Amino acid sequence: MSIIRSLTLLFIALISLLSLPATAQENDPGRALLINLAEAPASKVEEAVNAIVSSGDKRARGWLEAYGNNRLSRIKDTGQVVLVLNNRGRDWEIADPLTGENMGEMSRRELDRVAINNRIRGQLEGILAMLDLNAADPDVREASAQDMMGKVDASLVEPLEAQLEREENASVRNRIEEALAIYRVSEGNPEAIDVLAGSLHPRARAALNDAVRGDDPALADRATKALESIEQKLKLNRAAETLYFGLSLGSVLVLAAIGLAITFGVMGVINMAHGELIMLGAYTTWGMQQLLPGQPGLALILSIPAGFMVAATAGIIIERSVIQHLKGRPLETLLATFGISLILQQLVRTVISPQNRTVVTPDWMSGSLVINDALSLTLNRLYVLAFALIVFAALMLIMRKTRLGLEVRAVTQNRAMARSMGIRATRVDIMTFALGSGVAGLAGVALSQLTNVGPNLGQNYIIDSFMVVVFGGVGNLWGTLIAGLSLGTINQLLEPWAGAVLAKIIVLVFIILFIQKRPKGLFPQKGRAAEG
Amino acid sequence: MWLTRPLRERSTQLFLGVLFAALVVVTFLHLFTPQDSALHVSAYTVTLLGKYLCYALLAVAVDLVWGYLGILSLGHGAFFALGGYAMGMYLMRQIGDRGVYGDPILPDFMVFLNWQELPWFWHGFDMAWFAFIMVLLAPGLLALVFGFLAFRSRVTGVYLSIITQALTFALMLAFFRNEMGFGGNNGLTDFKDILGFNLRTDATRLGLFIATGIALAIGYVICRGIVTSKLGRVSVACRDAEARTRFLGYRVERVQLFVFVVSAMLAGVAGALYVPQVGIINPSEFSPLFSIEVVVWVALGGRATLYGAVIGAILVNYAKTVFTGIMPDAWLFALGGLFVLVTVFLPKGIAGLLFRRRKTDDTGNTPDAQEATA
Repeated sequence: MSIIRSLTLLFIALISLLSLPATAQENDPGRALLINLAEAPASKVEEAVNAIVSSGDKRARGWLEAYGNNRLSRIKDTGQVVLVLNNRGRDWEIADPLTGENMGEMSRRELDRVAINNRIRGQLEGILAMLDLNAADPDVREASAQDMMGKVDASLVEPLEAQLEREENASVRNRIEEALAIYRVSEGNPEAIDVLAGSLHPRARAALNDAVRGDDPALADRATKALESIEQKLKLNRAAETLYFGLSLGSVLVLAAIGLAITFGVMGVINMAHGELIMLGAYTTWGMQQLLPGQPGLALILSIPAGFMVAATAGIIIERSVIQHLKGRPLETLLATFGISLILQQLVRTVISPQNRTVVTPDWMSGSLVINDALSLTLNRLYVLAFALIVFAALMLIMRKTRLGLEVRAVTQNRAMARSMGIRATRVDIMTFALGSGVAGLAGVALSQLTNVGPNLGQNYIIDSFMVVVFGGVGNLWGTLIAGLSLGTINQLLEPWAGAVLAKIIVLVFIILFIQKRPKGLFPQKGRAAEG
Repeated sequence: MWLTRPLRERSTQLFLGVLFAALVVVTFLHLFTPQDSALHVSAYTVTLLGKYLCYALLAVAVDLVWGYLGILSLGHGAFFALGGYAMGMYLMRQIGDRGVYGDPILPDFMVFLNWQELPWFWHGFDMAWFAFIMVLLAPGLLALVFGFLAFRSRVTGVYLSIITQALTFALMLAFFRNEMGFGGNNGLTDFKDILGFNLRTDATRLGLFIATGIALAIGYVICRGIVTSKLGRVSVACRDAEARTRFLGYRVERVQLFVFVVSAMLAGVAGALYVPQVGIINPSEFSPLFSIEVVVWVALGGRATLYGAVIGAILVNYAKTVFTGIMPDAWLFALGGLFVLVTVFLPKGIAGLLFRRRKTDDTGNTPDAQEATA
């Protein structure tokens, strides 16, 4: 008997334990809000929705989204409001809107859809954006304010103004003001035009264009002026964008050419296999990513030393096996290294594949840096630009401040004299060639982030690289930097009206003509060393 | 007369003798042996040999500027291709309304691209004499303008090589464009006849082969004539010591310009003869790779010998035919290896090997073996 009693007591205790959440739910203010919405007559629906919005409940977004998608229903028997997760077939999967807990399936006959009218449906997008304006993350708030531009209607003006009062983040405030101004301009408010005059957002421009075309001459006049000032700003931004793309293209050229500037400019070796050394660097990145699957970032960082080493080793092999036998015969080194480049290309085709390989771009390198509505800079190009400048600076330091740099300069200027002073010229040759080749490898690592990695990668850059070196003045690192950046920019400036191919042709012809005028490039070497 | 002097030389007589003997033997074997005989030379082989002879003429042209003037042109493919395009335009106009679209005026590719009328630079190419003049004029003019600018400002050595390469690269990019009016990347093809002869008949092919042989002979004699003349002596002097030659009072840039233009025209003729034999001309002839390959033919045969260029061109192209036939992938390895081996181990080429014992020159430049013995 007592056993039964105690069991019953235990049972009761369990029941009460289980119903604890239920009691918590009873007190949930959300429940009342939802029931209010479900029971509201057509004229009060808007009020009910606004009540949900102003409650500040974090779950409100989900509810309203479900509401707009016809997925908010009531269980006929209990009157409980539920979220319909899946409304296909006879049985619908439902969940508790308050806890998010899955409640299993229920026949659709037992459910009663919460009705929505078209007016509310039309406003819902704006209302949802309003909800996001309460988010803790300012980026989310800004994005939602931006979403709202052009979508503001009379019903949103008041809550938006309230939001503006509360908002502390300046850029979010700007966005809200612009969104409001677009609405006000469409309502014929001339003051709002001044707010839009500073905006580069396409929707702001669209609103102003509408105003120009509108019936109100005063408004149209003011809008025209605002558009002009926007046009000015856009021009500036476009110029900045062209400059950025030009510099980024130029930085690629600099990276590809700067290794040549060392081997060609300093040693007088015309290394036609330079492009293939770049290719080796790019394939090293690809190989590294195959070794470390799922960690493209780490692989990329490790590729920097690895790409340098691989290309430098290849360079040493080329120098020892071929180039050292061709001292003082620069035209022959051209032919021999061209042969090497053919062999390397075919080697990659045979050993790896004739197809292009895709190198993954790590997350921190993809995406872009948004400066304003008209200008955003792609991150990978920004990194490559920075990388090129770092490589340049490092090379500059090596050539100016290290013993190797000193010896290299001595050997270049007067080989015999340098040797008699105890400099081991052969060793210097090897080191110089290794350095130039290694830098080509670094260029390959960077290029793998911008283009496809394939056997023809090197070929595409070799002529450009020589052009940069010759244009800049052989043997001059500064010349290479300036030549590369300016050629990239010129190319980018020409492209809009000439097209990519023609722009390239024009640049090539320009260099050919330029060399006629200044055969030794932008910054020719002066003095006795230049005569050699 | 500078042109008849080479004919009195033993080496030129030998070269011409071998060339004409080869022409006669091939013609005889093609015409008078039965099809199934082992000695029979098929029409395909005749065309192939004709192609080799075109390349040989191109190589002679390159050797003239590289061997005797010291200018390593990495862009002679451009002159070759321009001559080829001039001939291709003539052949295109000869198709008449027999093209796929049957347009009596416009070539097929223009109909395809919706061109309404013939571009101005196509006018005149329906006349053979005009086209043949353009074969010489187009490459000649380009060489004249380019050479004038380059030599006047004393661009030499490596720089000149690199900008000749850029020149051909720029032309390649340009000719790949459909808007250029030269058929874009498909180039010009589907030729029917030349001077009224059907290009697909064996007789025409044989005729073209013989014509190429004669052109090579004439080109060779012209080059020999130049290099044995006083002009040729000066150009060798420019090659070996440009500054000294200038100090002696010679107008170095004029010598360079003249030789360069002649060489470009020869290359143009080679291209013009090449096109009807292979039946197509497209922008790939402008690729820097092709131009550099030509230089290697010359290097393999032996610089500054002229006949070496012919030997090199024929050998490498024969090897290419064989290699790409049996193992296509290995060809680039073989070609690359050839580049390296020739430059490192055979700086004087095959001609240098042949005449090693008679070497008298220690300057590192290939000696003129015939002169030494003459």
